[in-house]
Amino acid sequence: MQHSRIFRNVRLGIKNLMIHKLRSGLTVLGMVFGVGSVIAMLSVGEGASREAMEQIRKLGSNNIIITAMKPVEDDSASIQRVRMSIYGLLYEDERRIRETIPTVQQTVPIKLIRKDGYLGERSMELRIVGTTPDWFELVARKVLAGRVLSQRDTEKKAAACLLTEHGARRLLATQNTIGESVRIGPDHFEVVGIIQTETASGGIQTPDQEVDAYIPLNVARERYGDMVVRRTAGAQERELVELHQVLVQVRSIDQVESTAEAIEKMLRHFHQKKDYRISVPLALLKQAEATKRTFNIVLGSIAGISLLVGGIGIMNIMLATVTERTREIGIRRAIGAKQRQIIGQFLIETIVLSTIGGLIGIVIGVLIPWVITVLAQMPTIVTSWSILLALGISVSVGIIFGLYPAVRAARLDPIAALRHE
Amino acid sequence: MASQTAQSLVVLEDVHKIYAMGTQQVRALGGVSLSIDTGSFWAIMGPSGSGKSTMLNLLGCLDRPTSGHYILNGQDVALLDDDKLSELRLRQLGFIFQSFNLIPQLTVQENIELPLYYLGWEARPSAERARELAELVGLADRFYHRPMELSGGEQQRVAVARSLANDPVVLLADEPTGNLDTVTGRQIMELLAELNNKQGKTILMVTHEPDIATYATHHLHLRDGRIDRWEKTS
Ligand SMILES: Nc1ncnc2c1ncn2[C@@H]1O[C@H](COP(=O)(O)OP(=O)(O)OP(=O)(O)O)[C@@H](O)[C@H]1O
Ligand SMILES: [Mg+2]
Repeated sequence: MQHSRIFRNVRLGIKNLMIHKLRSGLTVLGMVFGVGSVIAMLSVGEGASREAMEQIRKLGSNNIIITAMKPVEDDSASIQRVRMSIYGLLYEDERRIRETIPTVQQTVPIKLIRKDGYLGERSMELRIVGTTPDWFELVARKVLAGRVLSQRDTEKKAAACLLTEHGARRLLATQNTIGESVRIGPDHFEVVGIIQTETASGGIQTPDQEVDAYIPLNVARERYGDMVVRRTAGAQERELVELHQVLVQVRSIDQVESTAEAIEKMLRHFHQKKDYRISVPLALLKQAEATKRTFNIVLGSIAGISLLVGGIGIMNIMLATVTERTREIGIRRAIGAKQRQIIGQFLIETIVLSTIGGLIGIVIGVLIPWVITVLAQMPTIVTSWSILLALGISVSVGIIFGLYPAVRAARLDPIAALRHE
Repeated sequence: MASQTAQSLVVLEDVHKIYAMGTQQVRALGGVSLSIDTGSFWAIMGPSGSGKSTMLNLLGCLDRPTSGHYILNGQDVALLDDDKLSELRLRQLGFIFQSFNLIPQLTVQENIELPLYYLGWEARPSAERARELAELVGLADRFYHRPMELSGGEQQRVAVARSLANDPVVLLADEPTGNLDTVTGRQIMELLAELNNKQGKTILMVTHEPDIATYATHHLHLRDGRIDRWEKTS
């Protein structure tokens, strides 16, 4: 019974709104744009931040990345024809971090060397990554063929190497290439596997790159040493770097920040110059989340203003409607309608208006991001909570902005209302 | 007097109605006392501004007296709040207006059903009752029409049907023929007279036309907000 009554009331509301189709339509339009823009704006914000967060997540939120950095040089050095710089992380640093900081789960030492690699007729410039098997646990990527480096490779100082998907394609390596040898500089390495890479864009560096070739760290050290010689425009530049990177995995996510501080403190103690950089993906993640929140608030408020305008439109129309239907209100009151029944009647009309506006707005709010994605290649995500939010807001707008006109209608003196022309 | 009060449907005791217009006060009714029995048909008459409409509005519980008592069916109206007054109008009273006052966007059926809607009737019995009433006033063939499509006389018939929907104790009519020509006006009056005769409805009607007043059983003459005289005519 309660159901059929609500249904009847809503039908009556729609009937009353149909008296002025154009007017009601225009009012609905105000809500459509309001709700549509709320959803669209939130979806753009969500899309942008989701992308950023996805990239940061690729770095591993439990990880800390320490990278060797060439310190700013003093002037005297640049005059010399042969320059020699010693910087970066030491094997000792890696051991100290692993052994003395209890919150550290494991560490991965990394040595990076740029060398050309040859396979048959083909060649490409590779970034040789000398590392331990732990790398493949921390930077978990899909193995496409073969296997990853093992503890035995390290023990036996095996000339084993892993190519990336990209490298394999450039060197025309396939499943069948496993077991064949790649020449890197003067040395030959057996291809033991092909692995996928996940590189992020937008200024964020993942530990892995497309041009990587992974070999055991001790092999890299033995073959290539710690000295890198680079010739540039008549000058010779020598760099002595033991480790280029150390990846640190922290036991639990809530210890990441304190661990980063401990590492910083330790390195500052042992390094005279600041020749390293500590980056914490989790901190970036938190920052991105904070940015996202601000972004959503700003976009949301802009859209909220258009909802407000829509709401004011509704109120305006309802006030006009109440004036126009003053006599009807008088009739209903004379017949015996209570004040709250009059309020209910007009509230239903505004809620119907704003809800219809809200529903159409949702459709538009879902379509706009889709168009943006197709045309501007911008990622957008329409979340279900933004739709619920928009629907909730549109119903609330109906109630809030409809209440005043409705109460005004109910407070009319029945006798005066009946006499109204 | 006491025994008369017990059986009277409507009792007015020294009723005053004073409208405050800024600093000025307008005394629309100045001490009206009257008893009306069930089944009577009263025509309230008097010159313009004598307080006829004011009295009818009070009798119709659309307003409360400034002082004095109005006892309707044993209940003192002066003591009721807005919700209770609405309830009283809904269950005990029916209104017929000079300008018909139908709701334009509703059909004949829906207009007649309006009191039943507020009484909480279900759709089906409500529609049945509306049809019976439409037949009673001779408008069964106009059931789904809108007021705009009806003549004045037909609209007033719909209004009569609507006023009867809740089976009221008292019917109130303020110049029900005021907007109708003589012939149509008579038809409406015959309808009211029939309701009074056959169903014993108590009717309180304002009019300033003597030949309309002839349908009533009692005449009440107002002058300057007071009862000038009243008489039983049949
Ligand atoms: N709401 C009001 N505010 C102020 N004065 C009012 C109000 N309603 C009526 N009056 C005054 O009360 C007096 C009686 O008015 P009422 O409408 O009852 O007269 P009436 O007998 O119905 O007249 P008519 O035959 O012209 O309809 C008049 O002087 C009128 O101006
Ligand atoms: Mg009058």
